[in-house]
Amino acid sequence: MIAGVVLALVAGLTSAAGGVMPGDPKAGEGIYARCLACHALAYDRTGPRHCGLFGRRAGSVKGFAYSEAMSRSRIVWDEKTLDHFLANPLAAIPGTAMGYAGVSDKKERTDLIAYLRQAGKSPQCGK
Amino acid sequence: MSSFLKLASASNVLEARRAFLGKSGLLLSGAAVALLAGRDALAATGGESAASDVRILNTALGAELEAIAAYQVGAESGLLQKPVLALAVTFQGHHKEHADVLAKTVAKLGGKPVLAKTKYTFPVETLKNQNDVLRFAATLEKGAVSAYLGAVPVFGNRDLAKAAASILGDEAMHWAILRNALGEVPVPSAFMS
Repeated sequence: MIAGVVLALVAGLTSAAGGVMPGDPKAGEGIYARCLACHALAYDRTGPRHCGLFGRRAGSVKGFAYSEAMSRSRIVWDEKTLDHFLANPLAAIPGTAMGYAGVSDKKERTDLIAYLRQAGKSPQCGK
Repeated sequence: MSSFLKLASASNVLEARRAFLGKSGLLLSGAAVALLAGRDALAATGGESAASDVRILNTALGAELEAIAAYQVGAESGLLQKPVLALAVTFQGHHKEHADVLAKTVAKLGGKPVLAKTKYTFPVETLKNQNDVLRFAATLEKGAVSAYLGAVPVFGNRDLAKAAASILGDEAMHWAILRNALGEVPVPSAFMS
């Protein structure tokens, strides 16, 4: 019984390739609802669009008015940099216009990032 | 039958809303007065903390201005029937009040309030009927609740945090009433995130 639970937990934490699971995009979509006052996938709003996020340099969406801090951050968005930023945006990039406490829960961040990754490959993002 | 129930529900909500407005107007005015009461109190934190507060307020102001524009699109879409249209216009009025207070507070703190954009992008191609408009508005209102919830703890000035919480409460009521008008459970959980 215990062995079964342990196996289920291990299966839940690792992918078929043996790596760490990248998060649950479905759950992440629910977390993304928190972002929808300011962000959209395909177009700029109070915050910049999220299509094309992965591999993009922070502060580089053409025509979007970023804070100076974001423009100068030299961050390139990937799982690691997003995880760090989303945990506490104001601490990660002091001076960012994203006046938001962050997503403190690691699993929620992982799910949110998984959703952003998946959404970036969706028709909404022209893929 | 179900659409009648939704409309009846929206109508009842609107009546309750009207009865409530007299009181809430006073409450919002009170919050606005407290918020704008004195530059000294607002600026007490000073320095980088005050600058950070201005950035947070300006981001909120930008989102409020967009919400005003979104409700305008909804109101002019021709998709909203009378009781729901009045509800949308009422909520838009609240966002105008929020924006006004936020802009004045930014200015009081020595900042430059952001202005409304000349053009906003909205997913108008997905808005085919009243429920689509209500669902779109509900999505924005829920996002606004989360945004203010995320802003409250990061204000350096506790009076600003209190004012943001006051706006958060208003956005949460909008969200619940829009859900109710859609025939959904108005308050689906005990906590917001």
